[in-house]
Amino acid sequence: MIEIVEKKDVKTITNEMRLEFAAVSDNEAFARMAVAAFIAPINPTVEELYDVKTAVSEAVTNAIIHGYENRCNREDKVCMYCAIRKDVLEVVITDQGTGIENVKQAMEPLFTTRPEMERSGMGFAFMEAFMDELQVHSEVGSGTVIRMYKKIGLGAWIDSEE
Amino acid sequence: MDEEFKVIDNYLMIRMPMEIDHHKSVDISAKADRYIVSMKVGNVVFDFERTTFMDSSGIGIILGRYKKISCFGGRVYAVNVDNRIRRILLLSGLENIVEIME
Repeated sequence: MIEIVEKKDVKTITNEMRLEFAAVSDNEAFARMAVAAFIAPINPTVEELYDVKTAVSEAVTNAIIHGYENRCNREDKVCMYCAIRKDVLEVVITDQGTGIENVKQAMEPLFTTRPEMERSGMGFAFMEAFMDELQVHSEVGSGTVIRMYKKIGLGAWIDSEE
Repeated sequence: MDEEFKVIDNYLMIRMPMEIDHHKSVDISAKADRYIVSMKVGNVVFDFERTTFMDSSGIGIILGRYKKISCFGGRVYAVNVDNRIRRILLLSGLENIVEIME
């Protein structure tokens, strides 16, 4: 298992949470709502909230339909860890599914292994576009860890500058 | 009949849900295809009036329907598109495929 929290910066975390849920598609909406509620205290703009929800939705969907091959087994679990360091949100989505053989190829826009399911191949591209930083670690047979960062509350910062 | 789907002349109008994700998209695509085949409609109009959230699954719905109807000269349209949905459509390069109606 790849360690989720990097030990060196544990002290700077101001708030954190960890959720584990079954890899079924109903939980895509649940994960989005959970992350939105979690970051509400640090005053995200409407735009930032939407960006984070979209990125989480993509990552959780990937875990369910690619990581766990869309088999809708309640025993398969997706883990979502969120941490806030001052105004930076970290989101880590982990699955113990099949893993990605070629991460670089998987991250190319429009690349999909499941065209028959009408996957657009835009998942990773959206995560990259809507978050500030995206890291993907994957091992075939043991699972995938998606780690994303985004600075939140830029709206308030812009207001105070004015 | 579902009230989300309506056939007017040669157009299938689809009233998209509030949240469009993978969970919802499977159902929408399947129903839309049933209408396209059984009512023999040529064009599809996606109405985003109610929609407050859409991820890349929405792109899959639009692309999938486009592939089904474009070989017979059909077109896909999007109406009531707000800035966020527009951003997602543009980010996916769909502006050449779907006509965004103001």
